[in-house]
Amino acid sequence: MSPSLVRRGNKRGWSKINPDLKIGAKKHKIMPQNNYEYFLLMPQIIIGIGIVLSVIIEISTKKSEQILPWFSIAVFFATAFYSVFNINQNSVLFGGMIEVGGKPAIFNFIFNIGAALVVLSSMDYLKKYGTYFGEYYILIQSSVLGMMVMSGAKDIIMIFMGLELMSICFYVLAGINRKKLSANEASLKYFLLGAFTTGFIVYGIALIYGATGTTSIQNLEENFVGYSSNIIFILGMILFLIGFSFKIATVPFHMWVPDVYQGSATTVTSLMSTTGKAAAFSVLIIILSAVFSSNAPNVFSPYFATISALSMLFGSIVAISQNNLKRMLAYSSIAHAGYMAIGLAAGNVFSVAGIIFYLAAYAFMNIGAFTVISIVEGDNDSRTDLNSFAGLNAKSPVLAATMALFMFALAGIPPLAGFFGKYYVFIAAIQSKLTWLAILGVLSSVISVYFYIRVVVYMYFKDATEDFKINVSPYSLTAVVITALLILVFGILPDTLMNVITSALK
Amino acid sequence: MEQNLLLAYLLLTPIIGSVLVLFFKQEQKQLIRWFGLGISLIAFVISLVVYFGFDQTNSQFQFIHQVIWIKSLNISYRVGVDGISLLLVLLTTFLTPLTLLSTWKAIEKNVRMFTFSMLFLEVGMLGVFISLDIFLFYIFWEAMLIPMYFIIGIWGGERRIYAAVKFFIFTMFGSLLMLVAIIWLAVYASSLVGHFTTNLIELYKVGPTIPHDIQSWMFGAFFLSFAIKVPLFPLHTWLPDAHVEAPTAGSVILAGVLLKMGTYGLVRFCLPLFPQSSVQFAPIISILAVIGIIYGALVSMVQTDMKKLVAYSSVSHLGFVVLGIFAMTVESVQGAVIQMVNHGLSTGALFLLVGVLYERTHHREISFYGGIARLVPLYSTVLMIAMLSSIGLPGLNGFIGEFLILIGSFKSSVLNSWWFTIFAASGVIFAAVYLLWMYQRVVFGEVKNEELKHELTDMNLREMIMMVPILVFIVWIGVYPSTFLKLTEVSTQSILQQVGTFTGNLLK
Repeated sequence: MSPSLVRRGNKRGWSKINPDLKIGAKKHKIMPQNNYEYFLLMPQIIIGIGIVLSVIIEISTKKSEQILPWFSIAVFFATAFYSVFNINQNSVLFGGMIEVGGKPAIFNFIFNIGAALVVLSSMDYLKKYGTYFGEYYILIQSSVLGMMVMSGAKDIIMIFMGLELMSICFYVLAGINRKKLSANEASLKYFLLGAFTTGFIVYGIALIYGATGTTSIQNLEENFVGYSSNIIFILGMILFLIGFSFKIATVPFHMWVPDVYQGSATTVTSLMSTTGKAAAFSVLIIILSAVFSSNAPNVFSPYFATISALSMLFGSIVAISQNNLKRMLAYSSIAHAGYMAIGLAAGNVFSVAGIIFYLAAYAFMNIGAFTVISIVEGDNDSRTDLNSFAGLNAKSPVLAATMALFMFALAGIPPLAGFFGKYYVFIAAIQSKLTWLAILGVLSSVISVYFYIRVVVYMYFKDATEDFKINVSPYSLTAVVITALLILVFGILPDTLMNVITSALK
Repeated sequence: MEQNLLLAYLLLTPIIGSVLVLFFKQEQKQLIRWFGLGISLIAFVISLVVYFGFDQTNSQFQFIHQVIWIKSLNISYRVGVDGISLLLVLLTTFLTPLTLLSTWKAIEKNVRMFTFSMLFLEVGMLGVFISLDIFLFYIFWEAMLIPMYFIIGIWGGERRIYAAVKFFIFTMFGSLLMLVAIIWLAVYASSLVGHFTTNLIELYKVGPTIPHDIQSWMFGAFFLSFAIKVPLFPLHTWLPDAHVEAPTAGSVILAGVLLKMGTYGLVRFCLPLFPQSSVQFAPIISILAVIGIIYGALVSMVQTDMKKLVAYSSVSHLGFVVLGIFAMTVESVQGAVIQMVNHGLSTGALFLLVGVLYERTHHREISFYGGIARLVPLYSTVLMIAMLSSIGLPGLNGFIGEFLILIGSFKSSVLNSWWFTIFAASGVIFAAVYLLWMYQRVVFGEVKNEELKHELTDMNLREMIMMVPILVFIVWIGVYPSTFLKLTEVSTQSILQQVGTFTGNLLK
């Protein structure tokens, strides 16, 4: 990065945090500006310290696998709530490198709460899965740190750093049980395609830098219209967007999704498919911030409209023929990425709020669904088929009821959170005169209803075909109940979440 | 604005009831049944209070209650009733306790969840009829799918899964297109009135100003959703499956109330929101309605299963209702509304009666029976009244509705042709044919089947309690329909006036 850029950013950063600085200065009279910036960066620092402490715990005690989950949950909650309580302290730190408060804060909240729920559901699952050791939690914490760097990035280099931190943790997490063939396959596939994707992204960054002479997002936002006529810039952007289209799992860059989601540990899948997707979307929102603040025409709208339409239809249609629930949810994840991409294609102020709401709702629905699967799942990847869910209502009414709730929410039946996610992006689409995309969206919703309610059919309308007992772990059940309640609350009172999001976007 | 909490109580009663029922133990079956019945009776009493407090000379919505719900989208919980919706609210709260009573013996599996579903369903149905916010309407419209889906899927017959999934997907398909139209309407309104709105009363002013070609699409999206629900020919194919596979209680509610949600939607939304398109498409829709009348009747004639026969007769009867609505005269629309109630009562009664037989013998084929008049005289009499009411015998309720619809459609300036009336009237004759023939084969003649002599017992006290109220109303509407016509008169006029204002006073 050029030194001049750093200086330029510095000035801007100074002026932005100046009012707050006075308060800080009173308390710590001799504190220079840089230390105050560290103070604002607290969420990232909390989790960073958490990682270091986790490593120390892992080294020093033999009971680490019992301590670490609770420790990570504490870290995640601390980070989540610190972020949300300081949501109005929006400022850009370290010479225009990273943004705190505002939009990153709401994303941090989604990442951390999501990760905390995943950890909660992992505790007993890992024993069953055969990877009952502490590194798992350290890797989850590191990946969350990566996501937080991504969502706060104000420089393309920061985006890349965060992305790599997150992705590498995911590669390892996917194959965390090295004795399992499916997990190895998932990990290797994920890694190879991920590395390939990284190539796209780096090439894109190089072209963007070549065209603009800077990697600052701020600069990109201000001069987006001017750059838009530059073919090299557009090419770079498209490479960059393609790279992230891999990460959000949209057609035609979806090939890795089913195998990776099916092969990985169920809890890892629930982390990758929700928070990982949210992180990738946060980057797309950042890179297109000029479009969303309506400073620039949305030149990439056709691109997003295409991948969105393809993903919705492909995901929904292919999911119909899946018998494995994890694989079905993988295709449903592709479809949902398509719905969210409607918001990117619409590219107005409303759509950012819509996408974030959708991501939050999707995170809770999907984590809930995967947690139920992880409870029902047996040893060696068994019992993830639809057949294993037959007659679940008789075996465990609570699990069946919550799973039905998750399925209805994913299908977008009101008044559940998933419905409002769709509702918001459809509004954004119609405001941007993309009614055809909204119509495609509802049509694929109708298709998707079929496979979501098929799960309900098995749980409620059919009798059990396999005879097994379900050991409902209290921790996993807590995670399921929490997600179910959140879906109900955000569905019946969507303003509770929407108000936070809109206040963060101001 | 003055707030009236009565409708909130009406809606809250089944909500609270459905939550409380989950706290019972699965084994306390009898207690749960009584509890569900009690809750639905309370709801009925509240709706009666609404009825007696209702001002029949006022065309405005009454008992309005409004709470801001989603501020960011300007969506309110806004409810109120006019004469039309009040009549259907009464129908809902009247039929729900009776259907619960009908399940006393029929439902043994998971009574708790069944009662929960029925009460939850009542919430959805009431919500659809009293919503004055189009978004709120949509929420209830969709939410109601889930309990019905479970009722068909868990307690239904052999092919219940197929029927439940078909029902769900058909309805979902229509309603999601309506969702796009709702959003489009709200976005369009925001350019006109300055804010995003789904308030129905505001949209009544916005809807008719939509440019003509777009209005046709909007009308199409709304109409498709309602037509699937009605169901209008050729979108009716889910109905026989759902009816035949659903348990008796499900069929009664499905025929009695759920189908009315479609026709209610046509009256409440399609006509006043898109008057120009409604008038433009009225002849085509009426042709479909008349085809439905005749087709439904002809298909009924060849059925060997009593339940299926009654199911197809619904297609025929609902055709009359749609014809009445799109004839757009005061008589025909009023006739259509009263016919909605009539169909709810008489078809509901027929389904209940088929259920009574089925509970005893577990057979629904017409050929299984014969000569049961000797075995069960009381039952045969009740079945006779219900059947005659469905045929439309003067003096019973069906006649009033069909007569008004036929008169209205005859002089309708929108349809402007009496061919509609002529063909529709043939449906009445067909109805007499298939119902009387069925009655003859089931009730009269010799008892051919020896099994019947052992299994068949006459209606007991519980079943009489559940049938008598329906019979009272069947006669009441037939003899003195003014009680009910007065209720809908002013509201009907105001809707037609809205249509008339925007279509150059085509209607008189």
